Amino acid sequence: MTQMILTKALYTVISLAVITNYALILIGTMARIRAKVQGRVGQPFYQPYIDIVKSNAKRTSISHGVMFFLGPVFRLAGGLGTYLFIPAIFGSVIFSNFSFSGDLLLMMYFIFFGQLGMALGAGESGHPHSAIGVARGLAQMTAFELPFVLSVVALAAQYGTLSITEIVAAQQGGFTHWAAFTNPLAMIAGMIAFLGMSGANPFSVVVAPQEIPIGPPTEMQSSFLGMLQTNRAIFNGAKMVLFMNLFWGGAAHENLLVAILIMVVKTFLIYLYVTIVGASFPRFKTEQSIRFFLGVPTVIGIAAVVLQMV
Amino acid sequence: MATADTQTRRYQEPGAPGNAAVVNPDPRTVTGPAGGTGQGDVQTVDGQLRILTEELKLANADLRSEDRGNFCDHPPEVIKPFRAFWENFLNWARSESLWILGFGTGCGAIELRPLMTSRFDMYQYGIQGRPTPRQSSVFVIGGYASVKTMKRIVRSYEQMQGPKFVLGLGSCTINGGMYWDSYNTVNRLDHYIPVDVYIAGCMPRPEALLAGFVKLKEMIKRGECEGANRYAENFEWYKANQKRIIKNWDMPDYNW
Amino acid sequence: MSDQHTQTQISSAEVHEVFADLHTRYGVRGLEEKRADQAFVRTDRDEAVAVLTHLRDRHGYTHLAFLTAVDQIEEGRFELLYMLHNYELRHDLGVIVEIPREGDGCSMDTIHRMWPAAATYQRELREMFGIDFPGSPRLHEDFALEGWHDLPPMRKEFDTREYSERTYYARPGRTKTDTRQHMKDTIYPSEAETW
Repeated sequence: MTQMILTKALYTVISLAVITNYALILIGTMARIRAKVQGRVGQPFYQPYIDIVKSNAKRTSISHGVMFFLGPVFRLAGGLGTYLFIPAIFGSVIFSNFSFSGDLLLMMYFIFFGQLGMALGAGESGHPHSAIGVARGLAQMTAFELPFVLSVVALAAQYGTLSITEIVAAQQGGFTHWAAFTNPLAMIAGMIAFLGMSGANPFSVVVAPQEIPIGPPTEMQSSFLGMLQTNRAIFNGAKMVLFMNLFWGGAAHENLLVAILIMVVKTFLIYLYVTIVGASFPRFKTEQSIRFFLGVPTVIGIAAVVLQMV
Repeated sequence: MATADTQTRRYQEPGAPGNAAVVNPDPRTVTGPAGGTGQGDVQTVDGQLRILTEELKLANADLRSEDRGNFCDHPPEVIKPFRAFWENFLNWARSESLWILGFGTGCGAIELRPLMTSRFDMYQYGIQGRPTPRQSSVFVIGGYASVKTMKRIVRSYEQMQGPKFVLGLGSCTINGGMYWDSYNTVNRLDHYIPVDVYIAGCMPRPEALLAGFVKLKEMIKRGECEGANRYAENFEWYKANQKRIIKNWDMPDYNW
Repeated sequence: MSDQHTQTQISSAEVHEVFADLHTRYGVRGLEEKRADQAFVRTDRDEAVAVLTHLRDRHGYTHLAFLTAVDQIEEGRFELLYMLHNYELRHDLGVIVEIPREGDGCSMDTIHRMWPAAATYQRELREMFGIDFPGSPRLHEDFALEGWHDLPPMRKEFDTREYSERTYYARPGRTKTDTRQHMKDTIYPSEAETW
């Protein structure tokens, strides 16, 4: 029993380490790609690591109370929770994490959870910009949650399960079996919602430095900020893995290394899609993005659900 | 420093005889021709100033008494660096991730903007803009600092978390520049906040600013940029200088 | 005068007409036509508000471009300058009002009821020159300076250099160069021979 728990803990650590480092490098690489689009040299791909070390190496820090401490902790818990209930690689013992039969529901809750925790922490800081940022973030989140949930419901209806592992299993056997092709409407609604979820450019009003300064984390500094930066990597990695699992057939191969390679390629492409959209479109205001999400993507999502029902 | 007789307190430049402080807050580096070594004169400040109480807490004497409880009363503390290897590593990270506070204090702030553009591209040197003092580590004083701006500069500087670095941009920060005899422009920035690197010129071009950043990076890597600690060590001297020019001091003595 | 001012719609005769009207009504004097589109007149302190009102309501000078003061310390007076603009005629008319520099006389009627924005100019004049505008809103609040206790800094008897040396820590070793001489010596030595 003890051995089982220890083994599971070890696997979890390995899985987390892989996704954290991979997502950090991916974020750095995408910043560099964006720089190339703008005709610049751009920051080194390992810049996110330096930033995290720097933030944690600050000698002083200011707390505004207990909730201010807990805000980043909740956020990190949200990120970890999201990742740890997604099977990152299909069929792998190490990377299956804590997936179980209802993980899709739990994971949808965790995506929301971090933001709520952050709202409490940012509220305690007493900074008006934090409060405005949180209000914008939650409003936008509520809006993109609708097409996202509709696409997930369509998938659950299509495969008759709420387990991500089973959804991935049903998509094996060639790319024509992927949900992206068997259920294109759900894929479109989900991938548009993913744009909002990743907070890249058209929907970046929440944390854009040029808007109300930096939004919710205005008062977060030193190791608080370091924690948020780490979480940003984990959370982004988790979301990309989730969408890869839901729509793009997951990552499955007998050889673990090949499976990781498949995961890397697929998540890279998913993130590249976010980057391309971000580099091509200007920023929406909050009410514009809410109207956008409640418009066409929601209709597509409803259509996907209706098609599964009839 | 717990002396009851505030009427005869003398504030001296650190480094001058009779003061225990060893760090000279004069600029370590002056890039360019302007500048010169400042031999500080001993300043006797009006005895009204009272910064520390007898329990070594901040007096916050200029706040209304009912407001005093809302603000901190701890003066800044000197925080010792770690041992050699570990501190070198941290200093490397600090120097490669310089976040500028987005506060254009004078006309020189116009030279900060081009750094963001594709031509100068400060991101490749690990330099970024940051809109909040809490997260930034470099404060670029863009040119002349008027008394009114100085108040905001002090506030923002104290809200930044250490280690923090200050870049004086333009001749005005060194000796007042073309505004040296103005009724409203501070002549020597390093009498009010510790400055790490000065960039001479009026205006320095963005290349000069980048050169200043490179210089700052070298100094951070050598562990020479301990401005926050210098500020904490010579806190009373800096505070006395600040209060000497900022007449309507309606904020706490230290804003952490 | 120059090409860019040819657009003005007013002739010198018309300016004189306006001036004659003001002269008969309020005793306005001293017309100076600086440019085709710019003229200055002088009036007494007691008539100034009436003159400005008349110009605004009867002659179409509806825009207050700025309000400032000139310190004529040798003559012991301030000259307040109200610069008005007529959009239709594209013509500027400056109304100069002389007030004493010292004592209770150093005050002027407020015009913030005619142009609300004038209150801001009046705050600035109060702070920089010490001119009083009784009744002007927020007149005694700090405007550009904060916590200023000395003489108003734009008055000419205020020695700004002495104040700076007394207040700020001048950095020793500062030298001054005559710009003209410096350019002759270093930048354009060959051209300087022909100067």
